Amino acid sequence: MSAATLDRRAVIAELLERRGDLLLVCGLGGTVWDATSVGDHDLNFGLWGGMGTATMVGLGLALAQPERRVLVVTGDGEMLMGLGTLATLAVQRPPNLAVVVFDNERYGETGMQTTHTGLGVDLAAMASGAGIVDATTIRELGGVAALRDRVHDGAGPIFSVIKVSADRAEMVLPVRDGPLLKHRFRTALLGSPGA
Amino acid sequence: MNDAAGATQSVDWPGDIHRTLAALDVRQIAYVPDAGHQRLIELCQADNAMRMVPLTSEEEGVGLVAGAWLGGERGVLMMQSSGVGNCVNAIASITRACQFPLLMLITMRGEWGEGNPWQVPMGRATPEVLDTLGVQIARVDRAEDVAGAVAAMAALAFKSTTPCAVLLSQRLVGAKSFQD
Ligand SMILES: Cc1ncc(C[n+]2csc(CCOP(=O)(O)OP(=O)(O)O)c2C)c(N)n1
Ligand SMILES: [Mg+2]
Repeated sequence: MSAATLDRRAVIAELLERRGDLLLVCGLGGTVWDATSVGDHDLNFGLWGGMGTATMVGLGLALAQPERRVLVVTGDGEMLMGLGTLATLAVQRPPNLAVVVFDNERYGETGMQTTHTGLGVDLAAMASGAGIVDATTIRELGGVAALRDRVHDGAGPIFSVIKVSADRAEMVLPVRDGPLLKHRFRTALLGSPGA
Repeated sequence: MNDAAGATQSVDWPGDIHRTLAALDVRQIAYVPDAGHQRLIELCQADNAMRMVPLTSEEEGVGLVAGAWLGGERGVLMMQSSGVGNCVNAIASITRACQFPLLMLITMRGEWGEGNPWQVPMGRATPEVLDTLGVQIARVDRAEDVAGAVAAMAALAFKSTTPCAVLLSQRLVGAKSFQD
């Protein structure tokens, strides 16, 4: 068990600084509020459900948009529900995709129950075992700045666990209407919401 | 291994599906293999315009094709009927909640000449589960009807952003013999 000390709002601010035209997918719950805390964005697609599939939404997007950089930010609980996606991601080797897990070792949304990462499970080791070469665990803000550079320029797939504190952060809610989020994202990316 | 217990057929229905998907510019092929999809998977693999995405579990594909759509590409999800059970929450909470298009090609098990009793309950439940989730179903029993059904469901999926499934019946696909 590791000390989880970073403030998640400081981490997201660092990670999304000068984001440019980065495409962002967030897993349900805390990371959606985190992303919204630095300002909502048309190129954010924050999931409000489908626990365990955030990485795959990011993968489909990254394969469809090879010229763009795609970032998935999700929680440890959300990642644990879709561990097989690490294997699928590793096999696809998308060079333009980074997956970052905000690991508070808790199911924050549902009352801060301990997750498996708080009981010794090492997500970065699992990603590495799946075959993702750039798989790291970050405990300091300096590491987040270095990760941000790789998110924009590094060779993907990139997988990083950032240990964050289990302190509750304020809920900052974005749009919750799914079709609206989808249309907004497609319009910003493709110029039109249509087929 | 893949005996045709039911139909005798001269129509190359996997080839028809591949040609239909290619004509529709479907780029991401997500699948957990089923023996019934073997030839279609090989045809897609040989097509440079198609990206093969083997999955560890079928629900991954629901997320994948949603992401593909966000990025302006079309995807398809192939599985056997058991896999529908693995997709339930993703179809409800992503596909339906956001009105994403979804095209699934599902080979049926547990019906015509099935030799594995463990396949029967999920096979029976498949149409009802899909219906409960609001997925439009086209069931196909005859090889000559496959291409038309795939084209029709694809139009409904991609033009009318409706979740759709083509159920390729076990009579069409052929039952696995298990050396009886
Ligand atoms: C399939 C499913 N199971 C359970 C839930 C309830 N649920 C919502 S958020 C959440 C916890 C998310 O934890 P984590 O991903 O670690 O995010 P955190 O809030 O800790 O940042 C759970 C269990 C759900 N939404 N869907
Ligand atoms: Mg958590």
